[in-house]
Amino acid sequence: MKFTGNVWKYGADIDTDRIIPARYLNTSDPLELAKHCMEDEDPAFASRVQQGDIIVAEKNFGCGSSREHAPIAIKAAGISCVIARSFARIFYRNSFNMGLPILESDEAVDTASRGDVLEVDMDSGKIHNVTKGLRFKARPVPPFMQELIKAGGLMESIRKRGGI
Amino acid sequence: MRPMTITEKILAKHAGLKVVTPGDLINAKVDIALGNDITAPIAISEFRRIGAKKVFNRNKVILVPDHFTPNKDIKSATQVKILRDFALEQKLTHYYEGGDVGVEHALLPEKGIVVPGDLVIGADSHTCTYGALGAFSTGVGSTDLAAVMITGELWFKVPESIKFVFRGKLRKWVSGKDLILRIIGDIGVDGALYKAMEFTGGAIESLSIESRMAMCNMAIEAGAKSGIIPPDAITKAYVEKRAERPYKFYSSDKDAVYSEVREYDCADIEPQVACPHLPENTKNVSEVKNVRIDQVVIGSCTNGRLEDLAVAAKILKGKKVARLVRLIVIPATPFIYSEAMKRGYFDIFLKAGAVISPPTCGPCLGGHMGILAAGERAVATTNRNFVGRMGDVKSEVYLANPAVAAASAVKGKIAHPDEVV
Ligand code: SF4
Repeated sequence: MKFTGNVWKYGADIDTDRIIPARYLNTSDPLELAKHCMEDEDPAFASRVQQGDIIVAEKNFGCGSSREHAPIAIKAAGISCVIARSFARIFYRNSFNMGLPILESDEAVDTASRGDVLEVDMDSGKIHNVTKGLRFKARPVPPFMQELIKAGGLMESIRKRGGI
Repeated sequence: MRPMTITEKILAKHAGLKVVTPGDLINAKVDIALGNDITAPIAISEFRRIGAKKVFNRNKVILVPDHFTPNKDIKSATQVKILRDFALEQKLTHYYEGGDVGVEHALLPEKGIVVPGDLVIGADSHTCTYGALGAFSTGVGSTDLAAVMITGELWFKVPESIKFVFRGKLRKWVSGKDLILRIIGDIGVDGALYKAMEFTGGAIESLSIESRMAMCNMAIEAGAKSGIIPPDAITKAYVEKRAERPYKFYSSDKDAVYSEVREYDCADIEPQVACPHLPENTKNVSEVKNVRIDQVVIGSCTNGRLEDLAVAAKILKGKKVARLVRLIVIPATPFIYSEAMKRGYFDIFLKAGAVISPPTCGPCLGGHMGILAAGERAVATTNRNFVGRMGDVKSEVYLANPAVAAASAVKGKIAHPDEVV
């Protein structure tokens, strides 16, 4: 999987309430959720985000609640992948399970500014900041998680294993 | 054999292994799987999408629509209807609604659904609460819940453990909430990322189950996978009259390996307050001066239990809430509600000018039953003070224990309980 998109840059400890506030959790419709994605952090996000854009954030992205609505909202908003210094663990699990590509890279976070164009190759973990002419390699995705992605996510892997 | 922590032992047992080491990826059998009105609809739709027909065990899949109960609008009612129809179709033993519903993490231990030695997953981040009973429990997402509903199993990475040792005696008005706030203040909201937090020491051994639950409940606020307290006589007294299944006490080996050990002397810990907008912004209550408040919420899966209401009642007895401060008291379960009423706490709360809400998550997540306007400030016994958590993005939440919350309601500003009693 390869992505090219503009950077939306955010700070540390972006919690799931900021990704999708609880007041909108009376639905799980992805398009409804996407309309309010990042609303309390960046009210301009939902109306301006372009298909394929990339979120780059500091440490502990997605901390707080277990709501899968958070990665669902981000994906439905059109974001192709999220790069952060680190992810909160439930968000990390959820992203792999529902198919939102995520990568960890300190250098990419250090150097990216809002609006930079990034090229990301999920398979090799290579990140290219086209605007700044910089290239990085993200922390490798554990083999187990790669398998999960290849299987098409957790539910598909259960189906393939004959779990039902 | 490699010495193990209590967490490693429970995980090994459920994976059918003799020994596990942090970093191992295991597939483990799950004893209890929990979902609520926000997370279960997605899990149920995944369950149906891949063609599953039956849950792995109708006694072990628990649905508790607690977040927007009593249903606040058509959309939330529709979500609950999904749970209700599924529970009926699958003949789930444990489905709670109407006058039976309580805040999930208060309800499950109270009903004896979760027992010591269990491996519990819940599509709710505060599922870590059950560590207070000596169970391994952790929050997951809806897809994980769907997977467990079908197979009864889930993959886990065995976490490293951090040990927190609390020595000495708790000071007056200090509870489990303050100990965990103090830890989060020290290590930060990602200080225990991916790890298990184990709480031990003399002070923990004499801590009530309620206070233990408040501590384990907030392990997630340090980024942890789980929090756990080795079960003992206090645990036994709590579970033996409730447990609906046989249970098992695990304990850490003496030479078990920890990534870190942190020691505290309780003589140094006074009631804590977490200032906006992160649980790590903790201060001693005596350092938080002249913070005027508009609302106080006493409730939630952290501090909506009987012990919490008892402390609040003690402080509010014969007192009045400050003018224009809204005090909202939310007993976490129907049992707690009726017990509090029998013990006369409701009279005290009502005379003080409080509003008593039925059991619900309600304002804790900015759902309903007490939302803040821009510029308003609340003291809450809940667990999160993120931007906009309880209402408008320009509102503020200060986290505290029930004694501080009650005292603050009386004073109209953040106050030490000693200022009131
Ligand atoms: S009381 Fe608050 S933190 Fe606890 S389960 Fe409900 S919404 Fe979540």
